[in-house]
Formats: sequence, structure tokens, C-alpha cells
Amino acid sequence: MTRSKYADEQAGTAAAPGLLAPPSPADSVSLWLYRTMSRIRAVEERIAEHYPEQEMRCPVHLSVGQEAIAAGVSAALEPNDYVVSTHRSHAHYLAKGGDLRRFIAEIYGRSTGCCGGHGGSMHLIDLSVNMLGSTPIVGNIVPIATGIAFASWLKNEKDVTVVYLGDGATEEGAFLESINFAALKSLPIVYVVENNFFSVYSPLDVRQPAARDVVGIGKNHGMAGARGDGNDAEQVYELAKAAVDHARSGAGPYVLELETYRWREHCGSAYDNDLGYRSVAEYEAWRGRDPIATLERRLLERGTLDSEQAAQISNAYAGEIDDAFAFARSSPFPDEGDFGTVFSTAVPGR
Amino acid sequence: MNRQISYGEAIREATDQLMAENDRVYVMGLGVPDPKSVFGTTRDLSEKYGAKRVFDMPTSENAMTGVGIGSALLGMRPIMVHQRIDFLLLAFDQIVNNAAKWYSMFNGQQSVPMVIRAIVGRGWGQGPQHSQNLQAMFAHVPGLKVVAPALPADAKGMLIAAVHDNDPVLFIEHRWLHSTFGHVPEDMYETPLGKANVVRPGSDVSIVATSFMVIEALRAAEALAHEGIDAEVVDVRSIRPIDVDGIMASVRKTGRLIACDAAWKTMGFAGELIALAAEHAFEELRTPPVRVTLPDWHTAASPIAAGFYYPTAVTIANHVALMLGKSERDPESWALVRKAPADQPDLSFIGPF
Ligand SMILES: Cc1ncc(C[n+]2csc(CCOP(=O)(O)OP(=O)(O)O)c2C)c(N)n1
Ligand SMILES: [Mg+2]
Repeated sequence: MTRSKYADEQAGTAAAPGLLAPPSPADSVSLWLYRTMSRIRAVEERIAEHYPEQEMRCPVHLSVGQEAIAAGVSAALEPNDYVVSTHRSHAHYLAKGGDLRRFIAEIYGRSTGCCGGHGGSMHLIDLSVNMLGSTPIVGNIVPIATGIAFASWLKNEKDVTVVYLGDGATEEGAFLESINFAALKSLPIVYVVENNFFSVYSPLDVRQPAARDVVGIGKNHGMAGARGDGNDAEQVYELAKAAVDHARSGAGPYVLELETYRWREHCGSAYDNDLGYRSVAEYEAWRGRDPIATLERRLLERGTLDSEQAAQISNAYAGEIDDAFAFARSSPFPDEGDFGTVFSTAVPGR
Repeated sequence: MNRQISYGEAIREATDQLMAENDRVYVMGLGVPDPKSVFGTTRDLSEKYGAKRVFDMPTSENAMTGVGIGSALLGMRPIMVHQRIDFLLLAFDQIVNNAAKWYSMFNGQQSVPMVIRAIVGRGWGQGPQHSQNLQAMFAHVPGLKVVAPALPADAKGMLIAAVHDNDPVLFIEHRWLHSTFGHVPEDMYETPLGKANVVRPGSDVSIVATSFMVIEALRAAEALAHEGIDAEVVDVRSIRPIDVDGIMASVRKTGRLIACDAAWKTMGFAGELIALAAEHAFEELRTPPVRVTLPDWHTAASPIAAGFYYPTAVTIANHVALMLGKSERDPESWALVRKAPADQPDLSFIGPF
């Protein structure tokens, strides 16, 4: 999906084709970022709207406010590149091209879901786009990602693996052990740390000393890395492009730390500033840095879009989302016989 | 005075009293001082005892367990708290290789007085990695005490006993027990580790259960009573050390054993109960014992799965009926209709977890 930088971004030329279609390779990078983020936002806002109906009976960890990272990183990836993620994986899955219907059906616990109802929102997978799965045990996907990259390395394949992880996950030993191995073998992997300053309600300063620097930890292992504004999708794309190119070239692993902020509650659909674990001023400041509005302003300034087109894009996904929810709700639940197979090969005994 | 408080509050009160009693007791865990305070079980403790003794920790379960063990060697009394028992798997090495072995490995020179509280999740689509019942894995290891109280009074008394105890204790709390109420004395008291409790005497069958399954067993026993069946319910309370004499006294008396554990069937605790019955009550057994457990597969997130994954009072009652030579009954016909769907303990529990 990687394309030359802002190739077709002369005023007026880019926005014309297929505004109402899903984000497409024909888009310029910036337009693709804008459309991808708008689509993710629209999907998650719809989840938030329906969650209180108690039909999505599983935990959901929304990425609202954090969409730029998923979009910017995905824009830098080739279709064959691999992605894995955490409990907060909706945006990563969608940006990589994961199937929307099967995602919503999974949250509804239906047999048509991407895990057939086994996983729920915390276990998204779409092998057709090399989204190889997400797991909610903090940090435990990081070695898996490293192993995927190791396989590419063993097979002399050029595919890059991206693993998304939170600031909390960098505190797990598995993260440090993984980057050590990745650096040792020069594996083609990018560790994308989404630093939203919180692990649940716990701010960074009760978990990490102020001087801790995750990019520096990578550097001390001889790894390249960078830190950036995770709410600036174009910047994320630039950084991710450099990181992915680096990894693909055989130069070894890369740590990308991107600062961002979760708008809604850690788990669930509501807002939770009333709990008092973070200040409303801080929250408002971050809302002022809405990644979608930020990019929209730029696109308007550059003349890539006019405001009517921007509004069209914001509304472009409602139909697709209606369809996905209708699909999910009309899909059958799995039945008892769909569960219980825990070995891939039939074996005698139990 | 018959003071009724919740299981969660009983844990909070025990912790409060333990911290007041001994300044070497400290509490650590993800979210311990946060606004939700681990489902309220650590509420206000950081305000009362300070951030030095009640604190959040890095998301580093393995190392922090080792930190707890190390501090315990110097006389501290750590209470480590996990919102899900699944997270303890990251610390399996420290628990199994160090905490459980330190005392005997170094020939009894030091012990590890550490308590690890671990919450077992259920329902609301927790899925395969947030709802496991891992008691048998831990209880398999010599040197580790594993308790799983079902009643609020025992939650308080056993947490106090666990912190007073000089060995590592894994204290398992089922999430669905936190909001159950019962009589809990205000004073500080110990409920001994290693003692089962007959929570409902009976003569026809022994339903021996752990943790939340005790609640299901009591409901089953009540329904069975309407049918003229007199079931005894034994709350195991302490999985290891296990009260062989107490539990087997019941099995010998009734001659029938239903072993209930909300964990997988194969290689599990319910099987251990049956092994004990074979060793200690073989002569008295009148019928083959039965295990009531989860099936041997992973918790699915889909709400539909909750209906056939979790054994309930109906499952237990049906097994008892079959054991007594009656026919299995339509679940509806037991007067055990739940008001809440199978993935909710009651209608007030509406996720996300
Ligand atoms: C090993 C483990 N410990 C604790 C948890 C509970 N938990 C779930 S999400 C989460 C927050 C992790 O924070 P971070 O990695 O920064 O991700 P974020 O939620 O901020 O996206 C925690 C602690 C868990 N799932 N797994
Ligand atoms: Mg975070």
C-alpha cells in the first residue's frame, strides 16, 4: 500500500474519485489516512452507541482518539506485511484491511465472527490481510510478533512485522526479552508503542521512572527508533515508513513510540473522566488534538478537500456500518458443537 | 449482632485490619489505589496507610512477584493483587520455582509469607484469556497453599489467616462472589487454612464444591430438598492443604460424592476429590462418584456459550437425581429459574467486566 509521498496532492486532483467508497489504493496517502481514520472513528462510535444495549456482551477497548497510529502505520505497510495487536486492536485490524462484518459479528458473539464467537473483541484476526491476531494478556503478543518476524528472517522473506503495544506492555519482561532477541538477529520488525500515558487508570508516573525512554531502551540494544506525535497521522506515516523501510532493508528491528490519548473509558463505551484519575483539562487538551480534525484542517488548507467533501467522507461509512451491524445481528450464534475442538489434529483419548 | 457485608467488603476489611495490626503488611497490584480499587476490595487503603504501603505497580507480574518474595524473606508481609488469575501465569516461575520451594530447598532456614490474591473471571464475554480457573495447576505444587473461600465470613477469616501464615498462599476469589452478602463478624479473626466446612448438612449425597460452585451447590440442595432429597454441601475452602478427614467424613456418611469445581475436568481438582474418595472411602461408596466441572475446552466469548459451558445448580441437581436412580429432568422443571442470563450473576452486573 506504500505510495510515493503525497503524490497526487495538488489541489483538486486527489479527492475526486470514489469518495464514498472505502479507502482505496488510488487515494493519496493523506487522503487515505483521512478516510481510514474517519472510517475507524465511525465504526467505533457506532459500537459505543449500541454497546449499552447489552447485545455486545464482551469487553470492548475503543481506540477513539488514537486512530492516527493505526492509519499512519498501516499506510506504510505492504499487503503482505504482518500485524498483531493487543486488547485495543479494533483500529489496527480495520486499518490493515480486516473485514468489518466479521469484526462486528465477533463482538456480537456470532458464528460468522472473525473467531466464530470464540474470541470477542479482544481477539481479532483476519488472515486474508495478514492480521495474525490480537491477545489481551498485556505484553504477551510481543514475543509472538518477534517469532513471526523470525520466521520471515529464517525464510529470507522481506515481509515486515508490526506489533502494536501499549506503554504498559513495555513494562513486561517479555517486551525486553523480545527486543533483545530481535536486535540480536536483526529481525524485520517494528515495535509500535502507543503511549497513551495510562494503563487502565494508572498514569505512567506510578509505573515508570520519569527518565525511562523506550526508544532509548531500544537504542541500548543497538536498535533504531524514533518518537513522534501519535495524533498526527502524516507524521506517523513518515516515521512508520522510515521504520518499515529500515526493517525491510535488513537493518534490524525498530522501536517507534507514538504519543496519543484515549478519549473514552479504558474498557467499555462510556466516558470516565468523572472517576477523577485524569484531569478534564488534560482530556480537553487532547481532544483539541483530534487526529481527524487535525488532518482535515490541513487537507482543507492545502485544497485537497473542500468542506463539503470532508463532510461527505465523514458520512461515507454509515451504510457500510449499518450493513455490518445488520449482518452481525442476523447471523446465528454458534452452537455447542462449534466449540470444544482444542487440538488441530484428531487424537484418540482426551 | 448479625452484620451483613459483601464478600468484597469482607476482603477490604480484613486487609484494613491486617495493615493496622502489622506495619510490615503491604498491598501491591495493578489498580490497587485506582478509583475502582480492584472491585472495591482495596478502597481507601492507600489514603489510610499511604502510598508506600498501598501501591500500583508496573505491568510486570513476573518480576513483581519476585520482588514480593524477596521482601518477604526480610520479614515483609506482601499482599499482591491480580484482577485476573490469568495474569499470574506470567509469574509461574517465581511462584512455582521460588515461592513454593524456598522453605524446603534451603532446608527450612527461611519461608515466604506472601499472599497472592487472584480473581477468577466469568461471564460477559471474558473469553479464553480472562476467565480461567487455574487452582489445580497451582495446587499441584507442593509448598504452595491455595485457598478459595466461598462465603464472606471465610473470605475475611482466611485472608487474615493467610497473611498471618508463614508460607506463600494463593487466595482465589471468584468475581461473582464479590457482591454476595453474608454475616461477617467485625473483629479480627482467623478461619483456619486446611479446614473444609459443611455448609449444609444432609444424608443422601455429598456435594463437595469450591468457590462459586458452593453457591450453585447450595441452590441445588435447596431444590433437591423440595424433592425429598437431603443433600450435604461441603465447602472445600482450602484446596491445599486439603482437609481430607473433613471431606471424607461426609463422603463416608452419605456414600455418594458429587465433586464440583468450576475448572476443567481432566487432571483437575474434582478428579483429586474422587481419588481421595477411592483411597479413603472406597468401602462406603454406594455409587460411582461424579465430576461436575467445565468441559475440557476454552471459555468462548460468545454469550451463547455461557449457557452450556458453565455447570449450574441445575447441572448439579440433575447429577444428584441420576445418582439416586431417578431420571434426568428437564432443566426447567427444577425450581431454579435464574432471572439473569447465563453470563451474568445478576442483572446488576452489566460488564464490561
Ligand atoms: C499480564 C496482564 N496484566 C494485566 C492486565 C490487565 N490489563 C488489561 S489492559 C491493561 C492496560 C495496559 O495498558 P497499556 O499497555 O498501556 O495499553 P492501553 O490499554 O493503554 O492501550 C491492563 C493492565 C492484563 N490484561 N494482562
Ligand atoms: Mg496505555
